[in-house]
Amino acid sequence: MGRKLLTEHINVEGIETFEVYRKHGGYRAVEKALKTMTPDEVVDEVKKSGLRGRGGAGFPTGLKWSFLAKPEGVPRYLVCNADESEPGTFKDRYLMSKLPHLLIEGMIAGSYALGARTSYIYIRGELLYVLRILEKAIAEAYAAGFLGENILGSGYSLDLHVHPGAGAYICGEETALLESLEGKRGNPRNKPPFPAVQGLYARPTVVNNVESIASVVPILNEGGDEYAKLGVGKSTGTKLFSACGHLNKPGIYELELGLPVEEFIYSDEYCGGIWKGRELKAVVAGGSSVPILPKELILKTAAGENRLMTYESLSDGGFVTGTMLGSGGFIAMDETTCIVKNTWNFSRFYHHESCGQCSPCREGTGWLEKVLHRLEHGHGSMHDIDLVVSVAKQIEGNTICPLGEAAAWPVAAAVRHFRDEFEWHVKHPHEATQPGAVYRGAGVLA
Amino acid sequence: MAPTTAPSKLQFSPAGQTEIERLLTHYPADRSKSVLLPVLHIAQAEFGGWVSPEVQDLVAETLGIRPIEVYEVATFYTMYNLKPVGRHVLEICRTGPCMLRGSDELTANLERITGAKVGETSPDGNFTLKEVECLAACGFAPVVQVREQYYESLDTTEAVDAMLNDLRAQIHRPILPWEMLGEVHSQQQQ
Repeated sequence: MGRKLLTEHINVEGIETFEVYRKHGGYRAVEKALKTMTPDEVVDEVKKSGLRGRGGAGFPTGLKWSFLAKPEGVPRYLVCNADESEPGTFKDRYLMSKLPHLLIEGMIAGSYALGARTSYIYIRGELLYVLRILEKAIAEAYAAGFLGENILGSGYSLDLHVHPGAGAYICGEETALLESLEGKRGNPRNKPPFPAVQGLYARPTVVNNVESIASVVPILNEGGDEYAKLGVGKSTGTKLFSACGHLNKPGIYELELGLPVEEFIYSDEYCGGIWKGRELKAVVAGGSSVPILPKELILKTAAGENRLMTYESLSDGGFVTGTMLGSGGFIAMDETTCIVKNTWNFSRFYHHESCGQCSPCREGTGWLEKVLHRLEHGHGSMHDIDLVVSVAKQIEGNTICPLGEAAAWPVAAAVRHFRDEFEWHVKHPHEATQPGAVYRGAGVLA
Repeated sequence: MAPTTAPSKLQFSPAGQTEIERLLTHYPADRSKSVLLPVLHIAQAEFGGWVSPEVQDLVAETLGIRPIEVYEVATFYTMYNLKPVGRHVLEICRTGPCMLRGSDELTANLERITGAKVGETSPDGNFTLKEVECLAACGFAPVVQVREQYYESLDTTEAVDAMLNDLRAQIHRPILPWEMLGEVHSQQQQ
């Protein structure tokens, strides 16, 4: 269902090369922008499209671009955030490795719109092979005259480079990414000043996710208004979802925003249902940092309406009965999943990945991990259940960057929706710690 | 600022030095420290898969920055190994989606087969086991990364055996500078 704007040609043999990509309509967006549009017109087109940041925050991309300070004679930068590390999310690696020129084309169009003369793709260090694919594609783009001096005779010049990180989830936060790009520890910066005013090297900078930048290409090709016709309401266009966990067909799917969640999970066209014929228990819909929802709330809103794959529908009900679309990292859990163990696992992740700069996060994430470990391993108390909620609450909103919230929300949501399972671990520690044991309501073992 | 340590006896290979000089052109002349992370990757590849204090000093000397600026970065990022490792470092993803598809069992199997516990190197020096957080390959879980190579869907004995045999076949491959490793890899794929 729906159009595929990003991945239409992804399975074409050789599409990672300039020649084949060009043959399939590649670089038309750059030609259009540089030959027929002013930079402001490109920004306007992105605004019209309604594109929202595909990295997780969902902030309107065109609006973000229009915030960029434009003092004369000062360098400006576009930086692509390719530090994909949110558990459950693996779309950007796929997109970059299969369609490197799509990202490069988006980078050229975006850099032109923003007046950047040097741009960077900050890629997570683990993806060395993707870095090489990108470097090769960049070399091809230089050779074809789409990068370098006086691109297509337009008078516009751009240098594009790939920069590897080295294994730190926090570098996906835009200011930590900039610190890292400057050769430092990835400690997030206080905001304001925002990167649009003081970003890379204290110069005006826009940081966008891979998918957001790639989406600029179809927006320019189709026109912003046409792009905005796809999707539902303020969730316009198409979005890549990475489906994983207990699904028959995990993988990456490009959807026109608005597909019912139920169809996404159970339709053969998409995830093909829950593996091994089991029942769905819960879903984390937008990467590990968004609140978990039990089956009944991920399929239907509290009002009983079909939950849709849109920013608005997924967040319907706020954090009481809703969640977030986030990065599109869709983690499905079947009936044999221990929610306590899963929550502990995610807490361990956030403790490990906290940069240690803010006390509430540095100490709080460790505390959450420790208490959840205790609960999971049958040594917890009823007080511990309230304790993790309380600690999560004290982290939330009290840190420089959103890693605090990312660590706190999953814990609070897990206890909110699955409190009886936490209590079962406390009341029946022996049963709960048996291999393969799982709570199925009223203390029934698997 | 000039480095405060004595000149290092270590040296980058000519290929490594050339790569560093190429990378330096990517950043403004007065912002050359930006190249630190990529240079640490090169250093790790060239000097046995880890960055010893001496190697970190060499990086500081090469870039004309203070050693502490290198130490604080090398200790922050998990990809830099601060102690010696085996010929192959198996980075086993342990995060949620991989756990749901059996990463705990995979880790236990690898410990049993290699004779090394997580954090250790096997007695034959071939494999270092390391648990890492999300490798962004959640749809193909469980996953192990060995340098630039991803081994995915390791939920069967056959898949695990195939990975280890593949690595054993490469066991005598020297550790090469970054870009050379890329050439070898692409040749293997052809």
